[in-house]
Amino acid sequence: MKKLYICSLLLFLFVGITGCSTSNNQIESENGSNKIRINGSTSMEKLVNGLAEVMRDKSSNIIVEPQFTGSSAGIEALLSGTADIASSSRTLKDTEIQKGLVENIVALDGIVVITNPSNSVVTLSKEQLIAIYTGKINNWQEVGGSDQKIVLMGREAGSGSRSSFEEILGVEDNCKYAQELNETGAVVGKVASIEGAIGYVSLDVINDTVKPLRFMGVKATKESIRDGSYVLQRPFVMATKGDISKQSTATQSLFAFIYSDEGQEFITSIGLVSTK
Amino acid sequence: MKENIVSIISNNKSKSAVEKSAAIIFRCCAVISIIAVLSIMVYMLIFGTPAIFEEGLVEILFSSVWAPTAKTPSYGILMIILTSIVGVFLAILIGVPIGLFTAINLAELANKRVRKVVKAAIELLAGIPSVIYGMLGVLIINPVMYKVELWIFRDSTTHQYTGGANLIAAVIVLAIMILPTLINISETALNSVPDEYRKSSMALGASKMQTIFKVVLPCAKSGIMSAVVLGVGRAIGEAMAIVLVAGNAVNLPLPFNSVRFLTTAIVSEMGYAQGTHREVLFTIGLVLFVFIIAINLVLTRILKNGEKNGK
Repeated sequence: MKKLYICSLLLFLFVGITGCSTSNNQIESENGSNKIRINGSTSMEKLVNGLAEVMRDKSSNIIVEPQFTGSSAGIEALLSGTADIASSSRTLKDTEIQKGLVENIVALDGIVVITNPSNSVVTLSKEQLIAIYTGKINNWQEVGGSDQKIVLMGREAGSGSRSSFEEILGVEDNCKYAQELNETGAVVGKVASIEGAIGYVSLDVINDTVKPLRFMGVKATKESIRDGSYVLQRPFVMATKGDISKQSTATQSLFAFIYSDEGQEFITSIGLVSTK
Repeated sequence: MKENIVSIISNNKSKSAVEKSAAIIFRCCAVISIIAVLSIMVYMLIFGTPAIFEEGLVEILFSSVWAPTAKTPSYGILMIILTSIVGVFLAILIGVPIGLFTAINLAELANKRVRKVVKAAIELLAGIPSVIYGMLGVLIINPVMYKVELWIFRDSTTHQYTGGANLIAAVIVLAIMILPTLINISETALNSVPDEYRKSSMALGASKMQTIFKVVLPCAKSGIMSAVVLGVGRAIGEAMAIVLVAGNAVNLPLPFNSVRFLTTAIVSEMGYAQGTHREVLFTIGLVLFVFIIAINLVLTRILKNGEKNGK
């Protein structure tokens, strides 16, 4: 028994030591032109990772290397040449376009304000929404609902949904959140369970446990987001330095896929709104 | 026949080799924990200090504005530190009487059957994953708190409604979570009081309760103190349960405010944090680490004093 114990202990250690030494050898492509380095927005993680997977399946010699450091950091990386594509969940600034960047909008994402299903409010104007999120209005009565206190749900600092929501409304750093949740799903769950709650989420996570509000009278649908009548939306940009036609063949084939019917279908399948 | 058997253990030469190598292996295993502690310490210092140099220690520890992604970011974690201190203190205030009295019941009063049932319940309580406590908090405590909140602040125009996610909810969850630690260690302390003390006390005519409170409890004092300190350690390090019930907005730790603890500050923002924001989150980890070290130092001090008194 003792013998067995010691032997197995030695064997275990041996396996442990050899296990450590065999590190996973990552295949580094010698030919840089087959590599597409994408850097940028964390909100576009699902899209970019999905694209990386699709490209890997489609052709074995194109390697997409995604990094998620935030929209602005991605654009910096593109300008300094450490990335081929900057993924940005906001439109490019004029100064960035002047530096030769091209804004290729690949998809749109709608941000929908949601309430508890018991809430009778149907639509909010921009001013009302700003007043609610800055704490000036704290009862649903003041915006045409029943006498119910408003509970403000938001996302944590650094979240892409939060920054674009606050940016569109112009309420950056002025929001008086009652709860800061670190997941979209958590916002839906909390709003579903708290009667006076209000929150904001991406269009694709809406379900029947919550009630989507109209914004300035317009209902959030794929059509109203695409034609721009629903303004609580943000573009998903994959910026390049110069036109797509001037990029490497690998990058060109990535964009060719995105703008193909198959690519548009893929974008719809992950809950985004295609531009076409 | 016997000489023909080759064994790595009974053979004298290989025996000493095995003895030696086994000793080395065991020593290496013992060193692993030391390496782990040291490397954690070194890494916390490496990752936690840059933000202190960038923003200034005073600015981080004593500013009350937490706006890491603002245009002019501010990284004050005073409210977060205060919340952790106040929250843990309140949890101890609720948990200690319950835990101590349960321990007294188990060690001094309960019959075998009751003890068996209560012991089993406590062991189960200790084994439940912390996130389950949080889920129960979301399902039970938060809705109740929301009703209480609506009733208490029905006429207030300035109160911010949190939907039941507040300091009290977090404190209740923490108090329940530290019960097993408090009960188990206090009970061990009470059991280690020699039976002669109790018998002598009874022989002198003291009642059972007099014996417990005047003889047994003072004797077990240091053990109970260490139970409290370990309870504090458990409470201050808890993240998963309270991230679900506390609301996570940075506020002054008042009972009905949505609050953020040191642990939940790291948990909720680590995902997307970049640059200085990320570094400050490591600094929060460093602050938490310092708290835990302080608690451990207090604990060793208590145990040392207990030993002295015992001898």
